[in-house]
Amino acid sequence: MSMVASKRPLLVGTGKLFRRRSAIPGLGVTLGVTLTALCLIVLIPLASVFAAATQLGLGGFVRAAFSARALHAYALSFTASLIGAAVNSVFGLLTAWALVRYDFPGRAILNALVDLPFALPTAVAGIALAGIYSTNGWIGAVLAPLGIKAAYNEVGVVIALTFVGLPFVVRTVEPVLRDLAADVEEAAASLGAGRWRTIARVILPALAPAWITGFTLAFARAVGEYGSVIFIAGNMPYRTEIAPLLITIELEQFDYGAASAIAAVMLVVAFLMLLAINAVQAWSRRSV
Amino acid sequence: MNAFSPVPIALETKPLSPTPIPSPVAVSLHHVEKRFGRYPALNGVSLKVEPGELLALLGPSGSGKTTLLRLIAGLDFPDTGEIRFDDRDVTSTHAGQRGVGFVFQQYALFRHMSVAKNIAFGLDVKPRRDRATRSERAARVEELLALVDLEGLGGRYPSQLSGGQRQRVALARALAVSPRILLLDEPFGALDATVRKNLRRELRRIHHATGVTTVFVTHDQEEALDLADRIAILNDGRIEQLDRPGEVLDHPASAFVAGFVGQANQIPGEVTAGVFRAPGVELPAAHTPDGPALAFVRPDQLAPATPDERALAVWLERITPRGPVLWLDCRTPDGATLEAAIPRSNDPALAADAPIQLAARGGQVFSNSPTSGG
Repeated sequence: MSMVASKRPLLVGTGKLFRRRSAIPGLGVTLGVTLTALCLIVLIPLASVFAAATQLGLGGFVRAAFSARALHAYALSFTASLIGAAVNSVFGLLTAWALVRYDFPGRAILNALVDLPFALPTAVAGIALAGIYSTNGWIGAVLAPLGIKAAYNEVGVVIALTFVGLPFVVRTVEPVLRDLAADVEEAAASLGAGRWRTIARVILPALAPAWITGFTLAFARAVGEYGSVIFIAGNMPYRTEIAPLLITIELEQFDYGAASAIAAVMLVVAFLMLLAINAVQAWSRRSV
Repeated sequence: MNAFSPVPIALETKPLSPTPIPSPVAVSLHHVEKRFGRYPALNGVSLKVEPGELLALLGPSGSGKTTLLRLIAGLDFPDTGEIRFDDRDVTSTHAGQRGVGFVFQQYALFRHMSVAKNIAFGLDVKPRRDRATRSERAARVEELLALVDLEGLGGRYPSQLSGGQRQRVALARALAVSPRILLLDEPFGALDATVRKNLRRELRRIHHATGVTTVFVTHDQEEALDLADRIAILNDGRIEQLDRPGEVLDHPASAFVAGFVGQANQIPGEVTAGVFRAPGVELPAAHTPDGPALAFVRPDQLAPATPDERALAVWLERITPRGPVLWLDCRTPDGATLEAAIPRSNDPALAADAPIQLAARGGQVFSNSPTSGG
């Protein structure tokens, strides 16, 4: 409740902004509703995570949040999420390109397929991925003779996190690519730029802000992912145990303090990384 | 301050571009055809653009004028026919190798690049062996900024410029590569009237300074008449007439041109033995075959009739002073509108909402029968 009450002086304090007459009325109402909703749904629950973590005391917090097992889980979660988001950036861009630029049979089906990871319960995806990529699955059986193991190890984690993040890059890049007028490319061509130079110097820079947004969303989604990963990861402590799983394990042992401590660290790290990516995005957007 | 300088004298005294200008090129098209799917855009167009000429492609939307420009640029390719720059056959040469500068209707600036980077783009992407040094390129950008009257704005981004300024950047960018032909697609279409008028004058000055063969597309006849050395009037994928502005106005080659250029009143009638007759109108029509015909009478060719003159009895609805003329909106007995423009200096005693006798003292007559095109 204290959070809601604290809004009051904020609204009064910045009076000039709110008193100014505007052609689009409703700033006060909009901002009020937004802040209330954010508080109820995001800020207060998250604050309670930190509150729970403080019950451990400093020593207990450090022991729970920075144990060797937890550190390993953070490293795996964030690294695998970054790799997954990077993979999605490349393939998502190509997919968006294909969807926007070419008309081919089955385009509508491909278009619908892209969104499937959003709709599927992630546990289903995890079981399916594990079945296919394990050494006796369709793809796993092909990879095994090559010495590649794609399930029950770190590779499996990356595969699952790539799967859940796929739609983000496609859906953020697609509208920008569609809006990018063909005449800009023609202008580059008429000025003597070849195909690759046009892509590198004209198209990709124009797509950059949306592209980074897609990367950010895919990354954020992957960091929080749990359901699909646990089926394909193998979940070996110190090896393939992701941070969200560790939190669940602590919860199952009724160690809410430890679970909250790990969650708090994840929150802070994720927030800082998202902030950093947003800064990069703001920089790439400076001219648009 | 340098955005839209309203002082024409200052514009005329600008220094010419010191960069050596490649000799102007003649563009010729021979029987060029182009269809998009089943829709024919150009039906066998032949056209010769003289070296250093400023040519307008004028026509209604869908007449094929932009297609024609894009074929010259190498952004599209003809189905049949041939395109030559001087003696060089460029029919299948790509845009980048043709040495043309193209200014797009919506400018097509690179939004993530500064104005200077935009202008330098064509210089920066040249293969290493042809590329000028960094300082040479920077100097060329400065020179072009000066040419289009945008000194000091090189560091801005396109989003920080007005429409007219963006158009100037697009022009400078196209000129940066020293094109031998400059092509502009509706260059002033998206701008308001004042800016448009200024830029029109600017384009004339820049054309004069660079001497580059220039072709521009417009649907605005005033723009074409004001700017071009010659005008090609397109209709349905064909060139109806290619002539100097005065000729196009005074001697239209077809009924379409007569109706499209200028604001002619259209009076239906009949030609017998070289004379066009309609109620109250008689005009010489020596070259028109007998039969139904259409007379195109411009507003300035109508005047209040003297008592002994053959005249049209119309109802004068409204009198509007327009600069040196009085504009008369009239209605004929059968309900058609008729517009007349008479010099104000004559100061005839006229009253609106009254009958008036108008005499047609000139006009172009074209056959109106379905079999003959006029």
